[in-house]
Amino acid sequence: MATKNKSVQWNPAEIKEELLSKYPPKVARKRAKQILINEAEGSETPEITANVRTVPGIITMRGCTYAGCKGVIMGPTRDIVNITHGPIGCGFYSWLTRRNQTDVSDPDAENYMMYSFSTDMQDEDIIFGGEKKLEAAIQEAYDLFHPKGICVFATCPVGLIGDDIHAVCKKMREKLGDCNIFAFSCEGYKGVSQSAGHHIANNQVFRYLVGENEEPVKGDYKINLLGEYNIGGDGFEIDRILNKCGITNVATFSGNSTYEQFASAQHADLSCVMCHRSINYVADMLETKYGIPWIKVNFIGAEATAKSLRKIGQYFEDKELMERIEKVIAEEMPDVDAMRDEVLPHTTGKTAMLFVGGSRAHHYQELFKEMGMKTLSAGYEFAHRDDYEGREVLPNLKVDADSRNIEEIEVGPDEKLYQPRKTDEQTRRLEEAGFRFKDYDGMLPDMDHRTIVVDDLNQYEAEKLVEIMKPDLFCAGIKEKYSIQKLGVPMKQLHSYDSGGPYAGFRGAINFYKEIDRLVTSRVWSYMKAPWQENPELSATYVWE
Amino acid sequence: MTLLRHTPKEVAERKALTVNPAKTCQPIGAMYAALGIHGCLPHSHGSQGCCAYHRSALTRHYKEPIPAATSSFTEGASVFGGQANLLQAINNIFSVYEPEVIAVHTTCLSETIGDDLNQIITKARKDGKIPEGKDMLGASTPSYVGSHVTGFSNMVKSMASTFAKNTGERNGKVNIIPGWVEPADMEEIKRLVALMGVDITLFPDTSGVLNGPLSGEYHMFPKGGVTVDELRDAGNAMGTMALGEWCSADAARWLDANCKVPCTVLDMPFGLKATDRFIDTLRIIAGTSVADAVAHERGQLVDMISDMHQYTFGKKVALWGDPDQLISMCEFLVSMDMWPVHVVTGTPGKRFEARIKEITAELPFDINVKAGGDLFLLHQWVKNEPVDLLMGNSYGKYIARDEDTPLIRWGFPILDRVGHQYFPTVGYKGGLRLLEKMLGALLDRKDRDDPEETFELVL
Repeated sequence: MATKNKSVQWNPAEIKEELLSKYPPKVARKRAKQILINEAEGSETPEITANVRTVPGIITMRGCTYAGCKGVIMGPTRDIVNITHGPIGCGFYSWLTRRNQTDVSDPDAENYMMYSFSTDMQDEDIIFGGEKKLEAAIQEAYDLFHPKGICVFATCPVGLIGDDIHAVCKKMREKLGDCNIFAFSCEGYKGVSQSAGHHIANNQVFRYLVGENEEPVKGDYKINLLGEYNIGGDGFEIDRILNKCGITNVATFSGNSTYEQFASAQHADLSCVMCHRSINYVADMLETKYGIPWIKVNFIGAEATAKSLRKIGQYFEDKELMERIEKVIAEEMPDVDAMRDEVLPHTTGKTAMLFVGGSRAHHYQELFKEMGMKTLSAGYEFAHRDDYEGREVLPNLKVDADSRNIEEIEVGPDEKLYQPRKTDEQTRRLEEAGFRFKDYDGMLPDMDHRTIVVDDLNQYEAEKLVEIMKPDLFCAGIKEKYSIQKLGVPMKQLHSYDSGGPYAGFRGAINFYKEIDRLVTSRVWSYMKAPWQENPELSATYVWE
Repeated sequence: MTLLRHTPKEVAERKALTVNPAKTCQPIGAMYAALGIHGCLPHSHGSQGCCAYHRSALTRHYKEPIPAATSSFTEGASVFGGQANLLQAINNIFSVYEPEVIAVHTTCLSETIGDDLNQIITKARKDGKIPEGKDMLGASTPSYVGSHVTGFSNMVKSMASTFAKNTGERNGKVNIIPGWVEPADMEEIKRLVALMGVDITLFPDTSGVLNGPLSGEYHMFPKGGVTVDELRDAGNAMGTMALGEWCSADAARWLDANCKVPCTVLDMPFGLKATDRFIDTLRIIAGTSVADAVAHERGQLVDMISDMHQYTFGKKVALWGDPDQLISMCEFLVSMDMWPVHVVTGTPGKRFEARIKEITAELPFDINVKAGGDLFLLHQWVKNEPVDLLMGNSYGKYIARDEDTPLIRWGFPILDRVGHQYFPTVGYKGGLRLLEKMLGALLDRKDRDDPEETFELVL
């Protein structure tokens, strides 16, 4: 296997220099801060610059605030009518293009996920304002569907022309009475990436929806699963495992979710955060307002899944639960091990690069580790420094001019409902036993010494990294997929899973092992040169002689 | 289990709410058109989400890399103007990616704040941001006007208006503006024209750009595409054939008015009759006779129509998509005695409804047609008057499954099948392929539904 030889040829500092060499000086200086050689040793983590504006013209992978808000957080909820207030594009492109699966087995249940709703703004709406049209659109949606909730999403021009979408929603909420109508000011130009949209979505869902259902939720060991969007059925698999352990999932934010789940989230006793970037705001607010602690979990990777389950068990300090969790792990692992043993001969020593949104570039390293694969380089599109370096850097983070206008909402303890789930004594006992609340160490400490971490990777850098380091596998999104494959490197989409999945949990690990085995052993990569290109010399004899 | 369970049969008029659009916004059309220029990097002057969405949609459709850059507006730029962003972008693009030409389009953001593209491009040129021998063009593509088709047309018009010059010497060539058709269609148009012995300039031309090979190398700027020199020379052509009123006419009329290049606006050559008119016009313009090989292909299509007429006769079809494509396709269906009964385009334009009514005038009933309609309405029509076939983009698969009706994927975007990048649907050959697809769908359904005793080997 050539991988070992390759690794000694690389000097990460030279690679970084090579990546920067073609940039104009100003760009080179900026990108230098977003490209980091992981020198992590012990607790020392080098500093990266992240969550800063994109360099114009650089061919970024990033999207916008609307995508982070409507596309990511609110899109997966089946029984809210999501109306895009804007010209048609935004609503069209976010129509069924993220694979948030939802359980529609109840034929009477509401399910609006197959629909795209838009006010389809025209030039006269830009000139005279679109509030009247939005109002009419809400009325028409209400008349047609009578949903429990209608959400309205602002797009770029809405903020500029000054449509007051919150006032329109308030008016319609009062007028219609039995429909919760609220809006998101998630104009695409806000912040610097999808990330601002997450924050805006978190704020509004918390403000208008969480806590609405006062009926207690039945079940034992009640948790919320935050930041799990059920791509390719990940959430289904996690729910299967939780059910088997006897853990009650009150609300998933927001894969396979319903209005009711959001409205009941305050009844849980623990919040488990999968995607830290997109949902840490809600996790914090649930804790402040209702006293629900949160922990970081990761259900990507069989080992990580087992670890996360044990962490939940430990939190509840319940022997029966802990025993059941061990039983479930013991039941599930043999199949996982069997499949891993099957693929290990093909995957051991292979190398991968991961450049995915704001969490998967870290989580999926677990699965690659299980397959004996090495992560050469990784990065996020839009994560913040805490996702790279861990939450201990939070006090040092400065909000720059581009993100200053993203609303921070003030939440205090709820007069009636605030109830700490653990006494100070219990918390201390847990922490002394090594249990960590509200904690995320970030991606860097889990990565090898001298690996290259790149924030907001662009097309040029992606190509260069692949050319220089020749990974066996590259993971990113649809925009990157085909240019990487043209270079002869298999490419796995870790946003859409290339129509595969689930990859979470135990069965997900099995699916992922098989999929990566397929990719790194595929015959197709050996066909790039035709026989006459491989041996171009002309022979003096005819083949039939 | 129905997927679109909230779509009622009863049609209620909607004035404000669009549900399941049969169009998307301008810039993606401009991006697609720009990819048909050789060595061109499309650039989206707006916030970066648009560019990400447009690249993703085109990538999903073509299963090919779609390079494009963006000005990445922040809130500050959105208030104070995006000139600085675009100037920086131009500098970065030419330094890092080295295209021959940058084709800028706008979004609803930069249009609403009123950025003046031409002024910014002029400034870039004056400031020396555009290297020697490199070019730029720009098209204003506000998303709140028209549709993706309008954006395509605006960028194609800019190709002519930015570059074409009449230098006083005719080049003996015919300009063909193919409209928004697939790379395979553009290739097919070039093949047909070559058979006829006519020298043409085809613009835009995405063949060789968006249907490239896998070879272990990635070239952001592949061999295909119309060159800027060819575009300059388009002002010296004998004439222009614009295929599709919505997609291509504006550019052709600009050449007519400004370069004295006469133009003929034709329908897109889908199906028998529109291809006939295309070939016939080409013959007359270029003063050549129709090649035997072309007549032979035509005869094959007529042969297949007659051979299988019993299976197509009177079959009802619901179609949606873009105006130019739908007009030709409805005509093709009618020419085979099939009945287009519901026709929807999301692109506004009253002329569309009039043309479709004209084409279907001799059908034994009134058909449903709407410009500026959506798939929600089309689905409701289908519920009220069921059809034998659905023809349109991949979003129709939800209707197809709910109504248990075969779907032929045709148009944009096709996200769940391949073939459209490789096999043409224009010309007689394309007609054969379309008819084969229709028959395949109808006969597969017959084989599935026929009772055992009438299940036949020979059809």
